[in-house]
Amino acid sequence: MATTAPAEALLEAPADGWRHRYARHPVATFLLWRVAAGILTLLVVTMVIFAVLQIIPGNVTQIVLGRNATPDRIAAINASLHLNESVPTRYLSFLGGVVTGHFGDSSAALAQGQTLSVWHAIRTPLGNSLVLAGITTVLFIPLSLFFGMVAALRAGRPTDSILSLTALTLGAMPEFLIGTLLIVIFFAQLNLLPPVSLIPAGQTPLGNPKELVLPVLTLLGVSTAFGSRLLRASMIEVLGEDFVAMARLNGYRERRVVFRYALRNALAPSAQILAQQIQYLIGGIIVVESVFSYPGIGSKLVQAIQVRDTQMVTIIATIIAAIYILINILADLAVVLLVPKLRTRA
Amino acid sequence: MTRPKAQMPRFARTTRGAIGLVIFAFVVGVALFGPLLAPHGYATPIGPPGAPPYGGAPLGTDYLGRDVLSRVLDGGLSVIWIGGAATLASYLVGLTIGLVAGYSRTIVDPILMRIVDVLLAFPALLLMLLFVGGLGAHVGVLILGVTLVQLPGIARVMRTATLEISTRGYVEAAVSRGERTSWVLTREIVPNIAPTLLADLGVRFSYSIILVASMNYLGLGLQPPAPDWGVMIAENRSFVSLNVWSVLAPAVMLGLLTIGVNLIADAYVRTSTQSSVRATRRRFIRQRVLRTTAAD
Repeated sequence: MATTAPAEALLEAPADGWRHRYARHPVATFLLWRVAAGILTLLVVTMVIFAVLQIIPGNVTQIVLGRNATPDRIAAINASLHLNESVPTRYLSFLGGVVTGHFGDSSAALAQGQTLSVWHAIRTPLGNSLVLAGITTVLFIPLSLFFGMVAALRAGRPTDSILSLTALTLGAMPEFLIGTLLIVIFFAQLNLLPPVSLIPAGQTPLGNPKELVLPVLTLLGVSTAFGSRLLRASMIEVLGEDFVAMARLNGYRERRVVFRYALRNALAPSAQILAQQIQYLIGGIIVVESVFSYPGIGSKLVQAIQVRDTQMVTIIATIIAAIYILINILADLAVVLLVPKLRTRA
Repeated sequence: MTRPKAQMPRFARTTRGAIGLVIFAFVVGVALFGPLLAPHGYATPIGPPGAPPYGGAPLGTDYLGRDVLSRVLDGGLSVIWIGGAATLASYLVGLTIGLVAGYSRTIVDPILMRIVDVLLAFPALLLMLLFVGGLGAHVGVLILGVTLVQLPGIARVMRTATLEISTRGYVEAAVSRGERTSWVLTREIVPNIAPTLLADLGVRFSYSIILVASMNYLGLGLQPPAPDWGVMIAENRSFVSLNVWSVLAPAVMLGLLTIGVNLIADAYVRTSTQSSVRATRRRFIRQRVLRTTAAD
């Protein structure tokens, strides 16, 4: 009775049709798998972070205390950091703390006989960093699109050469170098903008726009350089496709050909690359914040490493890694949503 | 019969490649021979701190009164050799992992690749900061960190290339005439994936330099009084209004280095994909014709 099977299946379908429709939506399935994989990755990442920072160095207490080490203080710190327990127990309690939002106390403060909750210390910097990253991302995407498109439409002409060479130069330089050159120009020569972005306690960076200009410009320099180069390449590829030629032959206006036909198709492969750039921003922000002494999570991390604040470094590294993995997932989702072909394959 | 004239490699005959080569040669020359030409010791104060250029010090003095010119001449080698060593190490390890993973066809492949994937889950700079945070700021830790950052990309590309090459006839011929696996890998596969290997060497080298310089700048790499360009920029940045050259001179040198390497890399990739460039150009001509006809 093989021939009747499809009919039966059709009859059955309406009964739990909604379930097919929602629970098995390919994008939802994809997202579910991706989130599961992301959580697993994060778990492995926390193990690596914990191992590198708290197991390999050996005597963490000695490192934390430095010259202040006396036997009874070592014992006290050992107890407060639970260093007397076995490695798996310590890892599990660290993991439990991270999951439940108990981030522990700063080791550097403990070494000086004070208690400073890590969460308390990083709450404001985390917000400041998100502001910086947000502004940069909002500006970076349209700028990359614009420059990439202009260069692609003028490919092989002087405009393209100038844009491409500028992008190559900016993209080649380390962020701190661009930041330093901006300080030399805008502070040392013109005296227009402050060389350090000091934001008074209790104020948000948004209330101090002048302090934000140079950090944002620096981050934009490097990321727009990469973004526009990649968009130019994929735009050139698409402009040579037959459907673009067909659109032109149909007599559509150039603007319509460029935006409706070329750009939309060039965008899909670039989405992943643009996402990579946003990920790159995470690394860039660490350096740029330090260049301008911007009170963010990146400069906090560098300071914590300099004073060997193990707990602080562990927590900040975990947070940054988690954000990184989250952006990865969002980027993949954006690509799937942008490219209809990929939806079915998921 | 005339012998073919000795020619520069193809990338060096493009404008970009030639300019890049000249810039790179200049910076490496300064880094190599600068220490011999430096008029003063890099740690000796010779005048007032932060003095602008004067007769005895053409680039002025830094925040401790040391000669900026001497420190710039002394400070190039560190970032080039650490960056170079780290790039070499990451290629050696990455190539090995890629070869083994791509050629083995066993459980070894997925295991190696998942380990590599874990490294990819970290932002590059965070991975480096993590190792410096755990192991302290030493040259060895810098090299280890850069190697771990660069390794996943290289291993993945090499694995894909190995997978592709290992199905070729000449590899199967070598296997069936009973050559040892090590022979097959070194004589048949490595020479054939070499072009893929070289394609992004320049970009990776420049990225290694950027990572090392950034760590030095953050104070988590080489420590003062080392005359490193990154260290110099960091320690003089608060005194930039006193003597701008104490920051500008090392910054320009470092910028020239990475730009030179990138220009060479760009020219190399462009010339090695010459045919596809011609195809693009053909497409453009067609496009321009279409645009003019469509306008009529």
